[in-house]
This record gives sequence, structure tokens and C-alpha cells, in this order.
Amino acid sequence: MAHRKKNRNVGVIGVGQTKHSSHREDVNQAEMLHEAVREALDDAGLKMDDIDCLVHGNMELFEMVHQPDLWHSLGTGAYGKNSFRLTTGGTTGATVFCAGDSLVASGMYDVVMVTGFEKLQEGHTTGGITNMADPLWTRSIQTGALTGTCAYDLIQEFGQERANRVAMMYRIIMDQNAGLNPKAHRAFGLEWDQMDHLIKTSAKLVGELKIIDMCSQSDGACAVIMASEEKAKELSDNPVWIRDHITVHREEAYTMLGYDQATVPPLTHKVAAEALFKRNGIAKPADYFDVFEMYDPSSWWGVDWLRAFFLLEGDEHLRLVEEKEIAIGGKIPVNPSGGVIASNPIGATALIRPAEACLQVRGDAGPHQIPTPVKHALASGFGGTMWTVLIMLEKELGW
Amino acid sequence: MGNRVAICAMAQVKNEPDVWYQRNQGMLLDCLEPILQQTGVTYDTDKGIRNIVTCSDDVFDARTISDNGMTDVVGAHYRGEEKTAQDGLNGLGYAMACILSGHDDVVLFMGHCKESQTESRNMCTNLAYDPFFCRPVGMDFLNVNAFQARAYMEKAGVTDEHLAEVVVRSRENAVKNPFARESGKVTKKDVLNSPFLADPIRELHAYPVTDWAVGMLLCCEERVKEFTDNPIWITGFGNCMDRYFVGDRDLTSNFSLKKACEKAYGMAGIKDPKKDLDVVELNDAYAHQLPMLAEGIGLAGEGKGGKWIESGGPAKANVNLSGGMLNGNPIMLGGVARAVEGYIQLRGEAGDRQVDGAKRALAHGTTGGACQHQTVLILEK
Repeated sequence: MAHRKKNRNVGVIGVGQTKHSSHREDVNQAEMLHEAVREALDDAGLKMDDIDCLVHGNMELFEMVHQPDLWHSLGTGAYGKNSFRLTTGGTTGATVFCAGDSLVASGMYDVVMVTGFEKLQEGHTTGGITNMADPLWTRSIQTGALTGTCAYDLIQEFGQERANRVAMMYRIIMDQNAGLNPKAHRAFGLEWDQMDHLIKTSAKLVGELKIIDMCSQSDGACAVIMASEEKAKELSDNPVWIRDHITVHREEAYTMLGYDQATVPPLTHKVAAEALFKRNGIAKPADYFDVFEMYDPSSWWGVDWLRAFFLLEGDEHLRLVEEKEIAIGGKIPVNPSGGVIASNPIGATALIRPAEACLQVRGDAGPHQIPTPVKHALASGFGGTMWTVLIMLEKELGW
Repeated sequence: MGNRVAICAMAQVKNEPDVWYQRNQGMLLDCLEPILQQTGVTYDTDKGIRNIVTCSDDVFDARTISDNGMTDVVGAHYRGEEKTAQDGLNGLGYAMACILSGHDDVVLFMGHCKESQTESRNMCTNLAYDPFFCRPVGMDFLNVNAFQARAYMEKAGVTDEHLAEVVVRSRENAVKNPFARESGKVTKKDVLNSPFLADPIRELHAYPVTDWAVGMLLCCEERVKEFTDNPIWITGFGNCMDRYFVGDRDLTSNFSLKKACEKAYGMAGIKDPKKDLDVVELNDAYAHQLPMLAEGIGLAGEGKGGKWIESGGPAKANVNLSGGMLNGNPIMLGGVARAVEGYIQLRGEAGDRQVDGAKRALAHGTTGGACQHQTVLILEK
């Protein structure tokens, strides 16, 4: 790839997030954002005066606030500062993370804080997502984010029983991780001996996509502070370096209106992973990375996307789950935070991924810290009509 | 910063009151195709466009993720795309950062907005106010700007007559701009007799409902010759957020504009805006904002807006030769329309309204009520 060297290195020096929950009736949107901002500032040991520029992101129609960064300046501290607002659907959080990296690397700003938030309680999430579809062609058939095709595809490929068991194993691993994360929205305390029962009894949403498989609908916010190499070293003892990132969209008109089965359009996750790892010289991502925070909207997608992100073949991704290699203590822990199935304040969700990955690199994740040292971390965002943002983080410079 | 960022190409559709015959996608395609033709740029993932910065708004499009239906039109299929959901001038600043960071060589910027699609744009901007204190009392960008207009007219000795002059001049200039909305010439009497929308803002003091789309191709300094012989350089950028509650700020102080200018002027090495700027484009959505913003960027003396109009200040400083926002551009793209005029003037392609020997232009954009968030971009030949 004709990809130039970054103008200068950028390090993450502060991370903050709210406790995620179904209802935050005790705070308004700006106040909720402020909780994350305050925690990120405290984490970095900075004051608002140290921040040069803010980036804000969420989706307007979930809460029906037009250009909400204007109001939210009360909570983000944007007053008197440079500020941007960027949104890309579910990927928004990852997009603002990448934007912060670009804004600092450009030399235009030394210290940037990026924020993502959603207060889904204040709107109608499925209605909001349905409004994403084209008003003339597809809005009447859109079912929000409830997409059963992935379960169908896995069952076609690997059989009903194995596919269902792997999806439920993934679900239980995520729930057990969420139980260790005090910020997670949902942790049911699922046990392994419930597996068969859950497969049989959990209510079906679309096909084999069951209610237990699906991500939550949460209120929450996340803030991340990043700085240039010089500033990061001056301000922080343990900056986490942003190595590279890539964004890949796909237009769903191709798949929605039917396509030739001989030329199935590739998953954007795979396209992103191939390009990103190629230009960074990484042949075996599942071996290279020590932890992966994935935007996994349902357990089926979580299972399926392991293959795409790690460039695996055949049923290698299923075996990673079956052998519990993705659990905390496994070979490549995925979502020690509990992931998106546990907590999903949409505009923040894709920012929580790199934020949690940074905590893992620093060794500061608390009860859900993985036991092995983390040098290389991967984080992904998902949104739109199958859009991907993929981010690489490093403990040390000099890759 | 070692490098500069160039605008290599620009294409726009005509500003119109109601593009009923075309969808947003169609307007964007009409901008994209000329850019591809002018520059020969491709979507090759090594050498061509692999990142697109768009600008649009969910509320005005009545569509969650308003960029979602546009990604195929702008060529983001298996490419990157990021949407700026504020005045598009910030999108140009962000695209500049993407290039300066080394992450991208070439960035396509595409923006669209159809104000005509909304039942009422005031209903949309009412949603920018919090649901507890401001929204229930009916605050929107129009009546918040009316607070500002009244306060500013008091402060700077600006009269209803002055505002009429501003409107008359805007409409006269727009006639010379083939892409301007055909809002038509008006007389001072027409303006003075036009009905109040929100005292002291009259109907003709407010920018009319407009639909528009625009695209630009930006590129790093090393590769500019591949795409154009006549690049226009972005040499300065700054933006700033003012306080949210209207009662918490001095509406006439130009606080966020002055801070944005400080940053942009510093980057571009501008010492004296009166001497260093050949073309100035201000986002005057409402007539009183033209002299007020001129104070903010340092063209007119503090509180001297009325005198500045009387002494022919706007014409002397080549302010808003495009007709300005006041003649009609949609919200979200007011600032981009200003950069478009700067680009055309610096390229020497402005026809009847060309400023001879123009070397440096300022483009300004606002987001929010009473200019809460303001953006300044400096362009150079």
C-alpha cells in the first residue's frame, strides 16, 4: 500500500468511561458525558486547560438532538477549544478515535480528547436504526439491527448443532467476562451447564438469532485522550501507541437486492484486516496480537468475524471458541470487557473497544485484566451497512 | 508541519430553492463526475482515493447515518468514509489533518444538504436545544440569532437601513455568480418593508431555504502535479466552540471567531487581516452577521460595524462577492460555499466578479445558534 509514515507518533494517555446501564435517569446527556471526560482527565492527570481540541460523536436520531456537540459542550468542556463532530453510525466511536490520531499526527493539535456517547433510553433504538435504510427502497423491510443471516450462514456451513453450541459458548464466555467488568451493563452470571437449556429456550428474534445472543441497548459514554509522542512521554508514564488504523465501508445494495452466489462480496472486516496487516507486515494476526476488543453485536457475528479479522481458514475460528482460547487466560482473549453484547451505548461502543484495549496494554483493566502481558492489541468498530474500522495499538514504539 | 495541503479540484451544482427533481445521491454524482474528469484521479487503493470525508446532517436528511446512502455514490464501497456532522468547513480542516498526518495522500470531500426537504428548518434547529430548558420555549437558530441581531445593532450602531444595504449588495453580487441561488435583486425599500420573522430579523435579512451539493479533491504537496496545474493551498485552519446557554455568553463578542482566527492566522502567518487578505467570505446567514463577523476577523473596528457599512467596507475588502450565505446556501454547507468562492477567486475563474491578483482568501463557517461554533480556513494561491 502506498501508505506513508505517520507525520509523528501518537499515544493514548487517558481513558474514561461511565458505568453502562439501561437507564441513566440521574443524569442528562451532557452530565453523562462529563463523567467519562472527568475520569479520562483524572486518568491522564490532566486538566481541561491541557486539552487543545475535542472530537464528539454519536447518532443524532437516537436521541433526536440536532448537532448535540453544541449542548454537550457543557459536559465535554469544549468551550473555548477547537472541536470537531464526526459520525459514521456504529463505527462512530472508532472513527473519532482514528480522527484524534490523525488530528494529533497532523501537527495541528498536541493533545486531543475524543468522546462518544449514547443515551438510548431517551429514544427508540430499533426505530432509529430502521431510519437508516433508504426511504424509498428498503426502509419498509429493515428490522433495525436484528440480522439473522449470520446465524443462517454459520448453520449452513457447520451444521445446526455445532453452530448453535459455538455461538452459545461465545455468549457464555462474554457473560463471564462481563461479570468481571464493573462498568459492564449486563452480566447474568451464566454457567456452562446452562448451555443446552439456553439454546433450546431463549426466545428467537430472527431465525436462530436468539434474544440471549443479541447486544444490549445501553446508556453510557467514553472519553479517550491522546497526545503527540513528545507530549505523551512528558505527560504519561505509560502511553499506549496508536500504530495504524483502517476504515472500510460496503454498500449493502449489492447484497440486499441479491447477488451471484459465485461472487459473494467479501466481508469488510476481512478486507480491512488483509490490507492493514499486509502494510504492517503481520502474517499471523492471531499469534501477533495479545488481546482483541471486537465490536460484536451478537454472539453469531462474534464467532463468524473471528475468522475474518484473524484471517483464519475453515473452522479455525470455531475451534478458538470451542477450546476457550478466546476466554481470559486463553491464547488470544477476545473482549475481556464483556464486549458489545454486555454494553452497547452505540455512539460510545466503538470507542470503548480501543479504550479497553489500551487499559489491557497498560495492565490497568482491573478484575478483567488478562493474566499474560499485552504488547500488541487490536480493536474493531462495526456499523452502517457492514462497515469496519480496525485499530492497532502497541505498548512499545519502534515497530 | 512540513507539508501543505492542496485543493486540486472543485465541482458544485447550482444553489436552488428546491431540487425536487433529484435525490441527494444525484446531486452528489453531478459533483463527483466532473472532479474525476478534471483530475483523472482513480479509486485505486494504492494511488487513488481511499478515504472520503463527507458532510451532511441526520436531522435535515431525516435519515439515521445520513452518509449511509451516499457511500456508494461517493465511491466508498470497500473504501473509508467519515462524516463531519457540523459545518462542512470543519470537514475540510479534518481532511487536511488526514493528509498532514501521513495517513492519506488524497482525500475526497463531498457535502450535501437539502433544506427544502424539511417541513420547517426552524423545527430542525429547535432540536439543537436541550429538551429541558430551551426546547420547550421554542428556541431555534432563527430566534437565537434575533437576540444576537438586537444586541449587536445596539452595540455597533447598526440600523435597519444598514441591514437593508447589506441585503441589497448580497443580491447584486449573487447575480454575477452563475452557481448562486437565483434569489433576485431587491431594493432597500423591499427589505425595509419585508415582514419580521423574529424582531429585528426580517424575512429578507435571513438566508432563504436552499438545496446544494459540492465536492472537492484534496491532496498532499508531493503529488499535487498529478491532479492539477493550478492548486489552491490550505494554509490555515482554526475553529472554536462558545458557550451553549445564550445567557452565558456575550452574543456580540465574536469570542469563538476570534479564537478560530488566532489559530488560523498563526498557522498561515497572517499579521494584519486588513492587508493580508484579498478575498473574504463570511457566513452571513443573517444580515446583521456580516458587519459583526467582519469585526470578529479584524476587518472592522470593535463596535464599528455600522460605520464600516456606511464607508463601503464590504466592497473595499472584497467581502462576499459570491453573494454570501445571505443570498442562499444550505445550513451545513455555508462555510464550504465560502471556501468554494475563495477557491474560484484564487484560481482566477470568477468572471465578472474576479478580484485582480487575488493571492489569499479567508473562508468562514458557523455551526449552531448565534454562531456558537465558528470555523476559519485560509486559502492561498
